[in-house]
Amino acid sequence: MAKKDANTPEEVGTTGHEWDGIEELNKPLPKWWLYVFYACIVWAIGYWLVYPAWPTVSSYSKGFMGYSQRGQVAKDVAASQADKAVFRDKIAAADMEAIKADPELFNFALAGGQAAFGDNCAPCHGRGAQGAFGYPNLRDDAWLWGGTLDAIHQTIQHGIRAEDSATRMSMMPAFGKLGMLNRDQVADTAEYVMSLSGNSDDAEAAARGKEVFMTNCVACHGPDGTGNKALGAPNLTDELWLYGGDKETIVETITNSRGGIMPAWAGRLDPATIKELAIYVHSLGGGQ
Amino acid sequence: MAATSQRDEWKALGDILAIGAAAFLVILGLVLAVAGADLVMKFHGCLLLGASGLALLYMLAQFVESREPADTSGYADGVIRAGVIATVFWGVAGFLVGDIIAWQLAFPVLNFDLPWTNFGRLRPLHTSAVIFAFGGNALIATSFYVVQRTCRARLAGKWSPWFVFWGYQLFIVLAATGYLLGVTQSKEYAEPEWYVDLWLTAVWVVYFLVFVATIAKRKEPHVYVANWFYLAFIVTIAMLHIVNNLAVPVSLLGTKSYVLYSGVQDAMTQWWYGHNAVGFFLTAGFLGMMYYFVPKRAERPIYSYRLSVVHFWSLIFIYIWAGPHHLHYTALPDWAQTLGMTFSIILWMPSWGGMINGLMTLSGAWDKLRTDPVIRMLIVAVAFYGMSTFEGPLMSIKSVNSLSHYTDWTIGHVHSGALGWVAYISFGALYCLVPWLWHRKALYSQRLVEWHFWVSTLGIVLYITSMWVSGILQGLMWRAYDSLGFLEYSFVETVEAMHPFYVIRAIGGLLFVIGALLMAYNLWRTARGDQPVDATDQPSVAAAPEFRPGEYTAPAE
Repeated sequence: MAKKDANTPEEVGTTGHEWDGIEELNKPLPKWWLYVFYACIVWAIGYWLVYPAWPTVSSYSKGFMGYSQRGQVAKDVAASQADKAVFRDKIAAADMEAIKADPELFNFALAGGQAAFGDNCAPCHGRGAQGAFGYPNLRDDAWLWGGTLDAIHQTIQHGIRAEDSATRMSMMPAFGKLGMLNRDQVADTAEYVMSLSGNSDDAEAAARGKEVFMTNCVACHGPDGTGNKALGAPNLTDELWLYGGDKETIVETITNSRGGIMPAWAGRLDPATIKELAIYVHSLGGGQ
Repeated sequence: MAATSQRDEWKALGDILAIGAAAFLVILGLVLAVAGADLVMKFHGCLLLGASGLALLYMLAQFVESREPADTSGYADGVIRAGVIATVFWGVAGFLVGDIIAWQLAFPVLNFDLPWTNFGRLRPLHTSAVIFAFGGNALIATSFYVVQRTCRARLAGKWSPWFVFWGYQLFIVLAATGYLLGVTQSKEYAEPEWYVDLWLTAVWVVYFLVFVATIAKRKEPHVYVANWFYLAFIVTIAMLHIVNNLAVPVSLLGTKSYVLYSGVQDAMTQWWYGHNAVGFFLTAGFLGMMYYFVPKRAERPIYSYRLSVVHFWSLIFIYIWAGPHHLHYTALPDWAQTLGMTFSIILWMPSWGGMINGLMTLSGAWDKLRTDPVIRMLIVAVAFYGMSTFEGPLMSIKSVNSLSHYTDWTIGHVHSGALGWVAYISFGALYCLVPWLWHRKALYSQRLVEWHFWVSTLGIVLYITSMWVSGILQGLMWRAYDSLGFLEYSFVETVEAMHPFYVIRAIGGLLFVIGALLMAYNLWRTARGDQPVDATDQPSVAAAPEFRPGEYTAPAE
């Protein structure tokens, strides 16, 4: 019998084979290896008894615990919903101002709104709701369609230019593209629009542009250019720009128009979540 | 005399068959090049036409000249030398693409907004280049070397081994150019379309025949354990490849096809294939490599014959069940998930059997770890093998998997196996093979091997530790809830949190590429025959057999 730690061919012997100078020792299986191997097999057999494991002709062994992954998920989801039910039922039933007035409901709505915002709104509006080119900043005081709780709620529910019968709808004409204004008129109007926020240095062109503005743009943007929230017409005097306030961009806007789209979330998110989102967005700093 | 002429007849018949096959492929390539239904098929037809045309011309020239028959008494090493060169070339290319996509993940601007340089196309280019081009060439080359030496028989066939080599390179080029041009069947690690799959099947069948025919004419009474593993690899990969790639082409002249399976059956077939590509390509095949090069380089007997028998059969039997662990918490039925998980746990010890046999083969010669960096590379490879075959079963446990799945932990796990095990065992084999095959007295520089070892080991450590941290962080962030039961983080926040780890990973990958370049340089200088700079530091086994003092070299036949 070889010593336990014997490892040389002289001590333990080889199998007697040799290939290109390679021999094999005649060592037994390491005991710890064999026992761990057996233990794994025993554990697996135990697991098979407890959990669903082996297929049969038309079904499978169900296991002692009656466990099913789908059942577990359903249970977890139900438990999570039950935890939130107290608040969510109240939020679903209450109007926006009432939610804001109740500190408990308000806190819950803020947390829920933040979570829903991160996964649904952040891709366009940014994780901090700071907006991006073509996507409004939700933290400032400038609101295209209104910054009250109800207005925000309405916008989230039905979207903007979305496939929803109650969606917020308006369309600025493509003045240049449609031939309603010629190039010079477009350029002059742009100059006037810039002058509204004190950014024009060509008073003559701005004066010419004012005439065009007063015939073509006042209907939506108003005689003083401060916009109209009922039509989603932006305020042109505040130096806040969705697409940019330099002359080239404004010419582009007047020529080809703009018309961003926001999806309608009613039907995608449940009513309570939409209310939570409205509370959250309203709370970011610009709510009116 | 009669025997000789009969043998000559067989050889002539072989030549004619080979020439006929090449002529057929020339015609096929021409048809596809002219009548291909899409541009990629036309392009691939041109590639086939060019490759088979060159082969045809070469064989015809040989046949017409009918020179004195080449010396076929020794081992057939030419195809192995070619395989070694291809292994190094594809290795460097594959590692480089891998590092490029690692930088792309850290800095998406590096996608350059071009379809051909997009992550989505470069990622399969990387995985196929390292697994199939680098790993596959390493396996084919070493299996041809090992089967000849351990059977004391010349490789079977005259043209067949070369067909395996060049046919496999053509497969790689067809697959890689297809990916870059947007042709894929969207199955992970099985992206090539139907016609490339068919081509690989043809190559693989010839590979199998060459290997088995060589074993059949062996001069040794027993088949060495390395050959069991190589054979298991070849046979099982054929089965996996064919079953997983069953598809219906839209047109016999077009690239597009539809996979035969759908839904969860497709997912299950895919991961039965995917996991066993790991088990039989990246494990069994490279264990074959390990079983030759570790004892050969260490000049020690294999630790335990009995262990090699038991762990071989248990590994082969159990691996094939483990695939469903890639589909935990999906539409896959509970029972299939359970079987996948439990067999993965049972697989732990069979995997470690190979590790024990590799590591313990060094017992009594541990000092060689200090003096011979090639042995160190081989043994560290075995250690990484042991680590990742422990990590794998651990991650297959459903509750662990619910944290680790879809995170970077998986990527880290794969790379501890791929860089640590597969690449290191191959590097070790390459460092052995080049002096042996090019008849050199030593490697050009052992110091460079030291540098390669430490630079790439640092790279691997950076890679896998950063992926552990980022993977676990990712998994924890995904499941973090606030006190009111809402998700704590949005998805994009979890992506942002990965950034520093992606940078660390890319740096680790860069170190690994640099190490591989050092190896390529060193092997090139060795093959070229440059005077070794530190021959006296190298063990005598580093030299080709004919230069080793008192070495018994087994004749071919």
